[in-house]
Amino acid sequence: MLVDALTLQLGYNATLVAIGAALLGISAGVTGTFLFLRKRALVSDAISHATLPGVCLAFILMATLGGDGRNLAGLMLGSAVSAWLGLVCVQVISHKTRLAEDAAIGAVLSVFFGFGVVLLTVIQTMSSGRQAGLDGLLLGSTAGMLYADALIIAAGGAITLALVLLLRRPMTLVAFDPQYATSIGIDPRRVDMMTMGLVMAVTVVGLKIVGLILIVALLIIPPVTARFWTEKSANVVLIAGAIGGVSGYVGAAISASAPALPTGPIIVLTCFALFVLSLFLAPERGVLAAFLRHRRFQKRVHLRQGLLALAQQQPVYEPLTRRLLAREGLARPDGVPTEAGKARAAKALRDERRWQVVHRLPEYEGAASLYDGLRDIETVLTSDQISEIDATIGGPKGVTA
Amino acid sequence: MTHLELAADHGHPVAQAPAADSPLAIRGLTVSYGEKPAVFSIDATIAPGSMTAIVGPNGAGKSTMLKAALGVVSPLSGTVTVFGQPLDIQRARVAYVPQRASIDWDFPARVIDVVLMGLSRELGLLGRVRDSHRKTALDCLSRVGMTDFAERQIGQLSGGQQQRVFLARALAQEADLYLLDEPFAGVDAATEKAIIDVLKSLKDQGRTVVAVHHDLSTVTEYFDHVFLINVRKVAEGPVETTFTSANLQDAYGGRLGTGQIEELALAAG
Repeated sequence: MLVDALTLQLGYNATLVAIGAALLGISAGVTGTFLFLRKRALVSDAISHATLPGVCLAFILMATLGGDGRNLAGLMLGSAVSAWLGLVCVQVISHKTRLAEDAAIGAVLSVFFGFGVVLLTVIQTMSSGRQAGLDGLLLGSTAGMLYADALIIAAGGAITLALVLLLRRPMTLVAFDPQYATSIGIDPRRVDMMTMGLVMAVTVVGLKIVGLILIVALLIIPPVTARFWTEKSANVVLIAGAIGGVSGYVGAAISASAPALPTGPIIVLTCFALFVLSLFLAPERGVLAAFLRHRRFQKRVHLRQGLLALAQQQPVYEPLTRRLLAREGLARPDGVPTEAGKARAAKALRDERRWQVVHRLPEYEGAASLYDGLRDIETVLTSDQISEIDATIGGPKGVTA
Repeated sequence: MTHLELAADHGHPVAQAPAADSPLAIRGLTVSYGEKPAVFSIDATIAPGSMTAIVGPNGAGKSTMLKAALGVVSPLSGTVTVFGQPLDIQRARVAYVPQRASIDWDFPARVIDVVLMGLSRELGLLGRVRDSHRKTALDCLSRVGMTDFAERQIGQLSGGQQQRVFLARALAQEADLYLLDEPFAGVDAATEKAIIDVLKSLKDQGRTVVAVHHDLSTVTEYFDHVFLINVRKVAEGPVETTFTSANLQDAYGGRLGTGQIEELALAAG
């Protein structure tokens, strides 16, 4: 069943939803990256909650004018207007008053959402309201998705992506260093507003599929996940887009494969699964890698300290150090160095002296910055450079008075 | 001419009209965070091709003056002209090196990516980064002695190395006026030497360098002009005539011992 869904064999509606969700995931991940890099992830929460009153008012307006209150384009327009209003409120509160942005977000989020819920109740009492199913927009509801809806979502997603491509440089610059950006003629406030506008567009486009409460997850989890895998902002954007797209597609397919599995939450959970995998398994920044690196490093430190102690004929008491020296065949279990141990110890001491020279000479700065007390000097310097350094240290000497 | 009126209002001798050839001319500049001015009615005329240190005690408005000159903070009053024209027209000729503490160094970027930001104007919105751009960036890195670090993540750099990357980014802009905010703050000796060498070579090429500087003992060695500030302007001019004990006393008040001031001024004399 799931295989059928993944290969788009599950019928017209499921196919529309899967493709729409993939597109939404890509644009959410890509757009969310700039929010994440700018450290303003939570603004998206205010924006998304602020859509609700607009959705309701649009419904009431369309229904009273005799049209179909559920028209997706109309609802999206309404949500965009009230999301914009919410965003402006956050900006004004955080810039013109002494309140910080988090307080502004909290206030706007709850007030707008509360107002929206009141309007939802009003709609329930309207004659046309009972079948409205507007609460489906809270958590997404794809059951009755129309071809026209899918087209709107696809077009919205594509336009958002194109705009992100166009604005990626100024958005990256402002996220990294707003003061510098100003100095070369980029206005951070304008760029921020454009970023927020894009986030708003994604939120509005995502209403139907994941709903306004969960869209935040699709904006934030993909970039956070992507960050585990790369140190380049351009790659964060690409990977976040891929993660968002895969989550959308797979999540929609899973939810289509069984009855009564809600699409939005399943998409978010799929995304979260990718996050957890990355958190543990990412090669550099992952938890597991960090743990292993720490253990390996600890062992090397102990071994090195042990060798330096042996070289200076000091006794080694630390149990871990003794165990490691013994395991490497550098010392007997009682701490007495073997022949191999003596040789390695002498080399370790010599390397320390060499590093001292490296630190003194400015031409070796690149190498010196790699010094961690453990690294073999041969991995950093050529043998010519090492003999040059050895010349300044001088060969083994007898003790002079 | 509001700035002239303003200057007159505050009992300043009315400043001469902005010198058209000055790389950076400031008239009647006041900036305030809240109700207390950080800098008040400042006039400055930076000499072309000079190396100018902006010097003053903590909280004297040194960085603020620089930021206001660049439009990073908006002034309450005053005008700034760059090469005789408004900043927006001449922006391409100005490069700024912010304090390195002002950003998050865990940002996902490599050293070369940061330097490439200096080419933003050239690249535009959609231009691709070509080999020629990369070569320019590497050249700039080599001028600050950081070629080996091009592919490193910026979070792995020491403070001094971060500062040099920032300088390399500014070099990539090929500007005529360089404004640096505390370039020597918290850096190692090797970095300090690398930076001052680069700044002197900029001066030798006829470019103008203005730096916020907090180490009084190196002012005479590094700079040829000095701008003393303590919210208000104290003095401005060549180091030999301006970096005097009287002016230092005015700028620092009781914060420096008399002996210390004499010593510094003697070094300048």
